[in-house]
Amino acid sequence: MRRAVAILLLIIVALGISISLEKIPFGTLKTKVGKYYINEGREETGAVNIVTAVVVNYRGFDTLGEVTVLFIAAIGLGAVLRAGVGEGTKKTESASLVLYTGCRLLFPLILVFGTYIFIHGHLTPGGGFQGGAIIASGFLLIYLGCRERRISRTASNLAESLGGMVFVLIGLLGLVFGSYFLLNFLPKGTANTLFSAGIIPIIYVAIGFKVGSELASIIDNLIEESQ
Amino acid sequence: MIVVVSFLVLLMLVAAVAASVFRDLISAVIAAALVSLIASILFYLLQAPDVAMAEAAIGAALTAAIFIIAIRRTKRYEE
Amino acid sequence: MSFLNSYIYYIGAFGLILIGLYIILVKHNLIKVIIGLGVLDTGVNLFLISVGYVNKGTAPIFSKPGIGSEHMVDAVPQALVLTAIVIGVAVLALALSLAIRLYQHYGTLNLRKVREQRW
Repeated sequence: MRRAVAILLLIIVALGISISLEKIPFGTLKTKVGKYYINEGREETGAVNIVTAVVVNYRGFDTLGEVTVLFIAAIGLGAVLRAGVGEGTKKTESASLVLYTGCRLLFPLILVFGTYIFIHGHLTPGGGFQGGAIIASGFLLIYLGCRERRISRTASNLAESLGGMVFVLIGLLGLVFGSYFLLNFLPKGTANTLFSAGIIPIIYVAIGFKVGSELASIIDNLIEESQ
Repeated sequence: MIVVVSFLVLLMLVAAVAASVFRDLISAVIAAALVSLIASILFYLLQAPDVAMAEAAIGAALTAAIFIIAIRRTKRYEE
Repeated sequence: MSFLNSYIYYIGAFGLILIGLYIILVKHNLIKVIIGLGVLDTGVNLFLISVGYVNKGTAPIFSKPGIGSEHMVDAVPQALVLTAIVIGVAVLALALSLAIRLYQHYGTLNLRKVREQRW
């Protein structure tokens, strides 16, 4: 009965979607604001990657909202899982020598790769979110491979808080220097160099630290079993 | 070119149906990670390299990892 | 054949949305419902990126000084989808933590049995 109603609902939704697909032709330019950002983006912001310029400079307030949502999810997960009663420690065996040494060798290389991606966010494809996810994958390797070395909890909390505070402080400095929140007040520099595009590299470094330590703390709260 | 794209889309839809049908939850999670991986390849073919990188790092790796950790703390088989 | 050429990405994205909706509506296990939520999320992101595609366009990055700005793909949907992917993984993590607490409290993850026991 429930399955028949669900399939009927899905057929109605599919019919409605296929009727409205005629109005969306595939492969034509549909908005004017996209054309404006591509034409004027390089002179106004100094960044070469237009997607980074849109995420940090033209739509910077939405990125602040997204960082807040990620923060609330991490806090909520920590609060829900801390109040529960654990099942007691399961007896785990320590990892073999090859796995342990391999994890310890790979971990700094993964950190360097993630840092490279979020520093060059305004020049090549990449940015804060991608680099932060790669750093969190490095921490996942440590939690799975060698459990005896723990990442200290105060250091990850400190990195997360500092990243968020730097973002909001730079926005408030925009209010001090010019007219609006998140104004691009540093000099633009020459394009295609590392120190260019105003405040965009600084914000992406802060976002990279924050997202990386937040995802690592989410995995830490999920793995931690007892007490 | 169109043959490659339609083969990838067909594989993605088959993997999504498999994620719905499997009773072992870990197999269903791996099918969902395969859907994310093929979506990341399609993002690259649609000329969006930033989004492809984000989907490959977050959707295919971290989502599967937190699902498997959560399944390990609850039941493994759907009843 | 030309119909397939121009609409293959839309078919893939809407297929994923319909399969994700079916999993959420019909299945009983809570973790399977959360897997369906993830599949639905991936389908919506694929649809948004395929709307912003321009024929014979290229990625919106001025990597060399001589590249012109005509024939570039729309940059605004890519920025929105970047945000949406990260928010999707945050929602999945919070939903899984609630599922773990539900299992510790009721002893089962079957939604029909949980609905029968009130307190």
